[in-house]
Amino acid sequence: MKKKWFRIIALALTALLVTPLLADKHESSILDKVKKRGKLVCGVNGGLPGFGFLAEDGKWSGFDTDFGRAIAAAVLGNADKVEFVPLNAAERFTALQSGEIDVLIRNTTWTLGRDTELNTDFTPPTFYDGQGFMVPKSLNIKSLNQLDGASIGVTAGSTTELNLADTMRTLGVKYNEVTYEDIDTLYSSYDAGRVDAVTSDKSQLVARRKDLKNPDDHVILDITVSKEPLGPLTIHGDNKWNDVVSWVVYATFFAEEHNITQKNVKTFKTENPEINRFLGESGEIGKKLGLPKDWAKQIIISVGNYGEIFERNLTPIGLPRGVNKPWTEGGLLYSMPFR
Amino acid sequence: MEELTFTQEIKPPSTKKGPIRWLKDNLFSNWYNTVLTLFAIVFLYFLFKGVYTWVFTQAKWAVIPANLQILSVGSYPREQLWRVAYVVYVLAILMGLSAGIWKGLNQQITSAVACIGAVITLLPIHVNTSVREAAVIATILIAVSYVFGRDRQNLKRWVIIGWVLMFPWMMFMLRGFGENAISTINWGGLLLTLILAVVGIVACFPIGVLLALGRRSQLPAIRWISIAYIEVVRGMPLVTILFMGSLMLPIFMPGDFQLDKVVRAMIALTLFSAAYMAENVRGGLQAVPRGQYEAAQAVGLSYPKTMTFIVLPQALRSVIPAIVGQFIALFKDTSLVSIIALSELLGVSDNILGNPKWTGLKPELYLFIAVVYFIFTFAMSYVSQIVEADLGVGKH
Repeated sequence: MKKKWFRIIALALTALLVTPLLADKHESSILDKVKKRGKLVCGVNGGLPGFGFLAEDGKWSGFDTDFGRAIAAAVLGNADKVEFVPLNAAERFTALQSGEIDVLIRNTTWTLGRDTELNTDFTPPTFYDGQGFMVPKSLNIKSLNQLDGASIGVTAGSTTELNLADTMRTLGVKYNEVTYEDIDTLYSSYDAGRVDAVTSDKSQLVARRKDLKNPDDHVILDITVSKEPLGPLTIHGDNKWNDVVSWVVYATFFAEEHNITQKNVKTFKTENPEINRFLGESGEIGKKLGLPKDWAKQIIISVGNYGEIFERNLTPIGLPRGVNKPWTEGGLLYSMPFR
Repeated sequence: MEELTFTQEIKPPSTKKGPIRWLKDNLFSNWYNTVLTLFAIVFLYFLFKGVYTWVFTQAKWAVIPANLQILSVGSYPREQLWRVAYVVYVLAILMGLSAGIWKGLNQQITSAVACIGAVITLLPIHVNTSVREAAVIATILIAVSYVFGRDRQNLKRWVIIGWVLMFPWMMFMLRGFGENAISTINWGGLLLTLILAVVGIVACFPIGVLLALGRRSQLPAIRWISIAYIEVVRGMPLVTILFMGSLMLPIFMPGDFQLDKVVRAMIALTLFSAAYMAENVRGGLQAVPRGQYEAAQAVGLSYPKTMTFIVLPQALRSVIPAIVGQFIALFKDTSLVSIIALSELLGVSDNILGNPKWTGLKPELYLFIAVVYFIFTFAMSYVSQIVEADLGVGKH
């Protein structure tokens, strides 16, 4: 009797273990999943000044997280229905591929390799970064050729390190590379004068400069040695979902182009048919994306246009707009037509 | 014949040493010891001066009180914090009752916890009011339930049931259910550290015991599987196991079935420490004399009964120091989950440092976190000493 029960239990347990293996992957868009779940899951960088961090009130805050909120506002009509998953650099793509997160907004550079090999699709970049150099003003350096024989600090194992080597080889400049595992150590060493210069993404240089002992004694060279277009990613092949994320980004660009702000969006009156389509007053662009009629309006109500997102998160850390301004003002932000 | 003359009475050398004598004997006994002492004094002077000036003049401690809530619970939704508070209160009541009913050991542990509560209550820094409030209520609850439980031996059974149900109830409480369920990714700070440690400790113990028994089993299949498991896991660093849990496990998961990140970290920690636990328990099993097994067989006890009632109680008792050491190590190992970007006590410091207001304040945060770890591990080893004394380990 005992043995029989033992066998039945063993069989049941085996069946329980195997069942999930037989289950099929559902071939539905992430858009439908997010709607059904009532919550967006967004992978972010958990500690990048200005882009993603935990504010004192325990809420995720920053430039990247604001775009997560914007997607939630567009899809679910509520910018708070988003859950942020902090990810490190190594696990971010796995998290996206395995479906643990719906969208990855974690200062990820758009490269050919990542676009083709990693089973991911990029959406329009939200921030154009580039690698730069910071040196003490006293050295009076204007060009990279003057860094001959200098020691340059860089974080180990990053593309920054490779870019530095490529650039200097092209210029034929000899330098001493000093690598650091930890970003904080890199900047405290530079501050203590142990290296002559430090190289990293300009956004990081700017954010870190204000923590040096005498920020005014240091200058960020007007030289950019790499292109770092950073934007949201979705899983490869889910075009419906990729469209949604892309057009959420365009919506923030579009609103800035037309001066639609968090303040005036609810009362915005215009004869411009494109803006009326954008605000959901006419046309059916929401339906085409599988979103509510007022999706774009919801974005602007909750997080504002691109300029407002930038000013809220990146202006306080001292980042200039640079190329991250509308094409009408000579920048790179160009919204596709809302037609 | 010469006459022996007693010249002077020689006193025995004094065993009592004055402070000057002590200094002379221990620090300035000869010239090179004197030089070493002087060097050490100069070194210590500069060390303490450096530490002192940094701690009291240069460090920006404002980062700690401003982020105390994040350090305690991470991104746990603030409007749901009552869940954490309830868990703490119920724990306080259970501890107070246990201390009142069983006295002895429980009393000491509970008073230690009550002291921590009182310290938080009286902290001179500006802490968030809700943290202080919770500490006050918890301390009072401990005191009240202690007094209540003192003459109520009949409550014994209920308190034991309470402790057994505590763990699943705590998980349920912290997670919530339905629409407002709080995803585990929002567990953070000290809360997540403690949960990981408790889950690891609770879950690795039975697995470890089974593996230890399996390794000594007569059945070759079970024995070899146990040996393979123990040796493979002990041959890998915890970091690689965590990375595998974080990177590979999701790829193998079928379909829409997802284990979330925190659960994967729990599994990795548990499986890792189970292997070490198994070896600790095996040490205890080997210390049990053969005669005990034979005597148990002679009176006709089955294998499970032999183990549960005769062998394991003796085996486990002799390895309590090793097991507690393992628990302390596990508690500290939870800090490694920060490399898979989980926001436990150490990892949450990165989330705070990303705030433009607090960038570059790593030393302050790390020092504070180190102190918190020290308080907990020191309390754990203190408790283990009491447990050992109580059970008379090492006196047989």
